[in-house]
Amino acid sequence: MISFILRRLASAVPTLFIVVTISFFMMRFAPGGPFNLERPLPPQTMENLNRAYGLDLPLWEQYLRYLSNVVHGDFGPSYVYRDNTVDQLIAMGLPYSIKLGLLALLLALIGGVAAGTYAALRQNSLTDLLVMSVSTVGVTVPNFVVGPVLTLVFAVILAWLPAGGWGDGSLRFLILPMIALALPQLAVFARLMRGAMIEALHADHIRTARAYGLPARTVIVTHAMRAALLPIVSYLAPCAAGLLTGSAVIESIFSIPGVGRYFVIGAINRDYTLVMGTVVLIAIFVIVFNLVVDLLYGLLDPRVRHE
Amino acid sequence: MTSSITTLRALLAATIFFAAAPSWAENVLYRGNAGEPTTLDQHHTSINIEEFILKDLYEGLTLYDAKGVIVPGAAESWTLSKDGLTYTFKIRENAKWSDGSPVTAEDFVFSFRRAEDPKTAAAYANILYPIKNAEKVNKGELPIDQLGARAIDAKTLELTVERPTPFFLELLAHQTALPLSKASVEKNGADFVKPGVLVSNGAFKLAEHVANDHLTLVKNPEHWDAANTKLDKVIFYPLEDQAAAVRRYEAGELHVDYNFSADQLPRLRQQFGGEVHVSPALATYYYTFDTRSEPMNDVRVRRALSMAVDRDFLANEIYKGAQQPLYSWIPPGIASYGTPEKADFADKGQLDREDEALKLMKEAGYGEGGKPLTLEIRYNTNPNHERVATAIADMWKTTFGAQVSLVNLDVSSHYSYLQQDGKYSAARAGWTADYADAENFLSLNISTNKTFNYAHWKNADYDALMAKSYDEQNPEARQKLLHQAEAILMKEQPVAPFLVNNDLWLVSKKVQGWYDNANNQHLSRFLSVSN
Repeated sequence: MISFILRRLASAVPTLFIVVTISFFMMRFAPGGPFNLERPLPPQTMENLNRAYGLDLPLWEQYLRYLSNVVHGDFGPSYVYRDNTVDQLIAMGLPYSIKLGLLALLLALIGGVAAGTYAALRQNSLTDLLVMSVSTVGVTVPNFVVGPVLTLVFAVILAWLPAGGWGDGSLRFLILPMIALALPQLAVFARLMRGAMIEALHADHIRTARAYGLPARTVIVTHAMRAALLPIVSYLAPCAAGLLTGSAVIESIFSIPGVGRYFVIGAINRDYTLVMGTVVLIAIFVIVFNLVVDLLYGLLDPRVRHE
Repeated sequence: MTSSITTLRALLAATIFFAAAPSWAENVLYRGNAGEPTTLDQHHTSINIEEFILKDLYEGLTLYDAKGVIVPGAAESWTLSKDGLTYTFKIRENAKWSDGSPVTAEDFVFSFRRAEDPKTAAAYANILYPIKNAEKVNKGELPIDQLGARAIDAKTLELTVERPTPFFLELLAHQTALPLSKASVEKNGADFVKPGVLVSNGAFKLAEHVANDHLTLVKNPEHWDAANTKLDKVIFYPLEDQAAAVRRYEAGELHVDYNFSADQLPRLRQQFGGEVHVSPALATYYYTFDTRSEPMNDVRVRRALSMAVDRDFLANEIYKGAQQPLYSWIPPGIASYGTPEKADFADKGQLDREDEALKLMKEAGYGEGGKPLTLEIRYNTNPNHERVATAIADMWKTTFGAQVSLVNLDVSSHYSYLQQDGKYSAARAGWTADYADAENFLSLNISTNKTFNYAHWKNADYDALMAKSYDEQNPEARQKLLHQAEAILMKEQPVAPFLVNNDLWLVSKKVQGWYDNANNQHLSRFLSVSN
């Protein structure tokens, strides 16, 4: 088990190296640079800036420097947010993104699994139809529509909840962004769960369990659920990595001070280091969650064991 | 029993009183600020959402008052030598930093040197180029101690300029010219901008900064005019999503909100009436023509294209009145300049303009019966710019039968293309004044201006008038030269001004002391909130 984890972590190093290299050069292929602003700078200033940030060096030298800094955990200065390094920006924003992301993940997971199971048990009933229709809407309506509608209803019209901001981080402030962030994922989980559950309920071992006269609850919760959770678990990795590293859309609609926005802002402003920092961050999350999911698989599915 | 109930009541009352007390006692302004400041370092800032915060924190030698008029700031008075080259500023005896130490002439010298030091790479270093040797220092051609800024004693600052600069006092109110506590920057290095470290000399000091969430300023009791600062606290919210910001205003979470989407204007006017402020800015929206090659090297083509653009349509239909039609290069609102020089077709009706445009285009040999007119409009990606470009393409198609294609790039790519001599026929650009003087607009089109003369326009008369204006010491004669220059520019139309930008604000009725002004200056120290 431990050697499996260590092997997986070791294989992450070349993956990250490739991610860093590709994104470094892809960023540089984009025209313009971090200092080409709507309000253009005079050439002298541009020259001074490029020199100050080492952007006047040959590209390969910049790449080597960057690589050596990254190895030391230094993602460099942000070209846009001058008062902070990329490390500082991520350190400041990540806790907010993780807290909101975890809440949304829990909501999506519990809500999705419950709704999917419920629908599967009453297959082709009106409830099933309702759950599936709502989840189709959840998947297809983008969160830049859901977010504003939620604030309009609950903050502007009803005035029950704040319209945005982190405030003191209490649930009051987080409910709306949490729902908007969770909804599409909740819908995916519900659909996955329903499909897997229906399949599981028709499996041979369930029929056997029923034939033994086991109580329905035991059959569903201990036996069917366990098999049905497998697709959920595989989807969990990309979903968790996505939710925990923040969403640019949700963060800007609800003014959440997370890291999700940095990828978009960085890309638009050619903030090379900020983009690279967020790309590496997301890559790390994906790698870690894939590992976690593989371990979970081992627990759920007796056919998969990590020796 | 009775007494215990009374005690309980008293306790309850006290709890309620103390819980509510802060909101009664404190005068807090909640300010929506259209985006996260990229820095609180006055020498790296370049945009107005940073300016709003920095000018609440720091006080320059001069400043704009609530109505946008230049008044003494940290300097209580100044004198100008007869030759117009040496300014002597007297810094207020009671001007202090938020740590209690005095604001000295040396702090200003330090800040100005830092701004021009090539190692700082200040975004707006050029704003202080009128100071003697500033440009050479910034280019690394002279050591920084050669800058024309000198502390005569602790409270006397002498600034020398390269040549008489009539708008120098305006420049000194720019955020790049704000002072820095020399002691604090030398001690803290790049961290001097962090909350708990930042030392400021303005009406407020920095209390808290959570990036992308809020930035809190509290009243600076050390400020010389603290007695007249009514607010105890200003909280800036960096709201990039304009629609989200409006919703927060509607939910009563903001007193002031800066910039909202133009298409919201009719609805917001209906809902909030006088709380909607539409204030013409010193900012233009224009198209530039590449005069290096055919057909744009022909003045008749440029004039015809400019005339065929229905500016009223752009302003009223696309921007819903959030921008206004513009026919001059310089937007109205610069007091020293007076009425700008409009293009000669400005007073005609749009139909007459189109007839004349068609005639001019025929004369030039393009359009129906002549050479085909193939044009490309370049603009930076933005829904409004796209609507404008589509409308203009349509106007040129219907008037001249032109073939018009649209190309859009993101902001960085668009401007780097224009500045790096990329070929084009027509391209969108904008300019917002750095200081309220006509020269700030007219200097863009001087043929030696390698950065901003996107049109690559070369006009000897224009260049000569501008050169003369720099040497002219008599203010009236100088303004006359600038007017003549603008008249040539508008006749030649290497640039076609279309719109004046408006600053859009939502200002709650609870806010007192708010005045719209073309300089878009709204220092929180002049504001107060009633509950």
